[in-house]
Amino acid sequence: MSTIIESSAIIESFKARAEAVSAKVERVANKELALELVVRLLHNEGVEDQPRSRAVWAASPMVNASDQKKLAASVPGLKFEVTLDLAADAKVGISQMDWALANTGTLVQSADEVDKRLVSTLPLLHIALVSTRAILPDLPSVLTRVDPMKSAYLSFITGPSRTADIERVLTIGVHGPERLIIVLVDDLEVAA
Amino acid sequence: MKDEFRQSILDALSNPNLTGALGNFSVAYRANRTTAYQGIDFEALRTQIAKVKSSAASHFDELAEQFVKSAEARGTKVFRTSDPNAVRDYILKLAKERGVKSIVKSKSMATEEIHLNKHLEKAGIDVQETDLGEWIIQLAGQTPSHMVMPAIHMTKEEVTEVFNEKVEEGQKPDIAKLVKFARGKLRPMFLNADMGISGANIAVAETGSIAIVTNEGNARLVSTLPRIHVALVGYEKLIEHFKDIAPILTALPKSATAQLLTSYVSIISGPAPNTDGTPKELHIILMDNRRTEMSRDPRFKEALQCIRCASCLNVCPVFRLVGGHVFGKVYTGGIGTILTAWFDALKASDEIQSLCIQCGNCKDVCPGKIDIPELILELRRRLAVEQGQPMIQKAIFSVVNNRHLFHTMMRAASIGQIPFAKDGFIRHLPMFLSTLTEKRSLPTIAAVPFRDRIKKIKQPKCAEKAAFYGGCLVDFAYPEMGEAVVKVLNKAGIEVIFPEGQTCCGAPARYSGAYEVAAQNGADNIKALLAEDVKYVVSACPTCTVALKQDFIANLEAVGRTADLPAARQLAEKVVDFSTLASHLLEQGRLKFKASLKTSKFTYHDSCHFKRTLHADQNPRKLMKQAGYELVEMDECDMCCGMGGSYTLKMPEISTPILERKLGNIEKAGAPLLLIDCPGCVMQIGGGLDKRGSKIKVEHTAQRLADCLE
Repeated sequence: MSTIIESSAIIESFKARAEAVSAKVERVANKELALELVVRLLHNEGVEDQPRSRAVWAASPMVNASDQKKLAASVPGLKFEVTLDLAADAKVGISQMDWALANTGTLVQSADEVDKRLVSTLPLLHIALVSTRAILPDLPSVLTRVDPMKSAYLSFITGPSRTADIERVLTIGVHGPERLIIVLVDDLEVAA
Repeated sequence: MKDEFRQSILDALSNPNLTGALGNFSVAYRANRTTAYQGIDFEALRTQIAKVKSSAASHFDELAEQFVKSAEARGTKVFRTSDPNAVRDYILKLAKERGVKSIVKSKSMATEEIHLNKHLEKAGIDVQETDLGEWIIQLAGQTPSHMVMPAIHMTKEEVTEVFNEKVEEGQKPDIAKLVKFARGKLRPMFLNADMGISGANIAVAETGSIAIVTNEGNARLVSTLPRIHVALVGYEKLIEHFKDIAPILTALPKSATAQLLTSYVSIISGPAPNTDGTPKELHIILMDNRRTEMSRDPRFKEALQCIRCASCLNVCPVFRLVGGHVFGKVYTGGIGTILTAWFDALKASDEIQSLCIQCGNCKDVCPGKIDIPELILELRRRLAVEQGQPMIQKAIFSVVNNRHLFHTMMRAASIGQIPFAKDGFIRHLPMFLSTLTEKRSLPTIAAVPFRDRIKKIKQPKCAEKAAFYGGCLVDFAYPEMGEAVVKVLNKAGIEVIFPEGQTCCGAPARYSGAYEVAAQNGADNIKALLAEDVKYVVSACPTCTVALKQDFIANLEAVGRTADLPAARQLAEKVVDFSTLASHLLEQGRLKFKASLKTSKFTYHDSCHFKRTLHADQNPRKLMKQAGYELVEMDECDMCCGMGGSYTLKMPEISTPILERKLGNIEKAGAPLLLIDCPGCVMQIGGGLDKRGSKIKVEHTAQRLADCLE
């Protein structure tokens, strides 16, 4: 009982912190619903197989185990073979994150594969999927779980790209995405 | 002071964009920082950071060696050097060998420190800064004015002008559009660059990892898109353990920009694949440039605990007036003064060190737990040793150090001032002294100093005795404060004596770097104050209290007079400020308030030493609230009033606007009474209010309390 209360508190905290830095947070019960939600989001964004309108989805356990052909058929312009040119031109990037941090609203990803970095950096919208079970309390708890000997590039993402360099006015979307949608998936196994 | 430096201060002060932007920012920053640290034990956190960084600074050589080993095992190329020239040559040679034509850079103070861009550009390589602020100042041909927000001194109109002139006509001063414009212009540069150059916020020896923190996402692009990534890392970024990233990363964004975490953090522990699948060519340069030498200096080693958050700039009453450019071209503000003295030259800090008013705000917020004001005093001391004291200062100290001469001159002055004095204030001084009374009246020098007045007070004979340490201001300008102290202590059954041998507390000498003079002042006072057996040594001046309690010891230690230390410590044990002693006496039931008191609202100004060194700020508030007075807090109640001892004489241009802001906050509070625990602040603020013709009454807490007691 206590763990359920605890975990719901940690989810609420993550959501509140992430929203406080302008991320949008959705929550779904399982992988299938997550895929449906992503497809819906891509339709809403007007993703199509045209220049500057495509979406790129970086490889991850969840999407690798899904029927990519079916997904691509339901959203023309959705690509799973991520190249620099595709990512640089894409409207939306999608990736799965390894952990989330409750007290800062942060997403954490071991991102040695370059496509993971490209889809979360170059497009204007980044959709990030993460297991509800992968939400950790804070920074120290993730640093003890990651192994820098195995991950050459660890990415921490907290909200969309921002600057306050002109007159200290907060402005969203400088070099990275100007929007971040986080999809929390309840029934999704956590990477070891 | 050179005219050029003074002129740069005057230019900054007369730039309303600069002072307006920085002033507003400093107010917002204070509130936002507090929110960001909610629920976090800041003292515990910074103690942890200080420990991690200090331990690293004790082992730079070993850590650098370990870093090289760990990083190279992963395929990173590491170059270690103490010489900035070697850094520039290494990068240039690499660029030439690899046929690099264009470079994108993510913000790095270390590259600013060695003026890297100029070197690369001279060789015909295109170098683009990509942090928005850095790009703006690069286009404008300027240097960063702030370590975290390099273009904080510019308005959107100025940025628009720079874009129109240097990039593309037709831009409008709309911040969102200017940011979009920058994104559009810089994106192709990222995509086409052959090399990315970044700094690093942390370097971990045991894993060979670097952590890079940004909000814009440019460091991610710089470290991902070009096939070569070069990171320039100062030795002070080294830490031993991977897990120790956590405390630094917890504090850095909160202290820097009041964010819980920056939008992006990249922890890079080896070459990750490039966009074409080939492995990245990753070079990390560990640069010493006097950091090891600094780590061996027993005083300045502490400065290596800096995590470059720039919070010392954000809370500084002087920085928010003059901005960063007055400090020089690279590192600015309090910590910048210290870094400039080391990474450039001690002499280069000669003028900028004088900007510090010693208010201690920065020390309170520093996540590296660095005593910045104390280190600036140490610079002052070393400069004084190296270059000698200015003539006028020497003359003043020779008087201050001669007790009899000093007291005779003060008496003479009380007669000499008569033509200028009225109602206890001097409102105009002739000629070269006129800046002193331009914005505030000065107190007249009392005809009868406290040392003579106390002899006329009829005190009850008590078993318990306290020695009163007057200090120059109470003794010669505000003897009524001393009388109030005697009155209160008498009511609690304490007899007050005034040891005649007491002299200047040495603060003026110490704050000017003249430690020999300060140490002698201390020794004279220790002898005088320990001559009679008293329970307390009480002072109504926080600067004097700090001198008696702490600085005497520090000054004697600094000049190697160890034989005097036991007595100095014995004295320190007995020293207490007035309000703290009065609070104890009230708690013990030895003081009672009058049954029917006519009370009012009051506001309270926190004096720098009283709050940040003695931590006694709640005592006077409690005392007066218990007496029935209603406290109305003013905005920025603990911001310096601009007095800073002799600062107000040396830097009237800066002292005055600081005072003006303080007066505005006092008036806005709307209370008819202002209480203060420092005669120096009473002089500065009381004089300022008098000059404005304000009806607000200014008193030392002792004076008001004395009237409230049974």
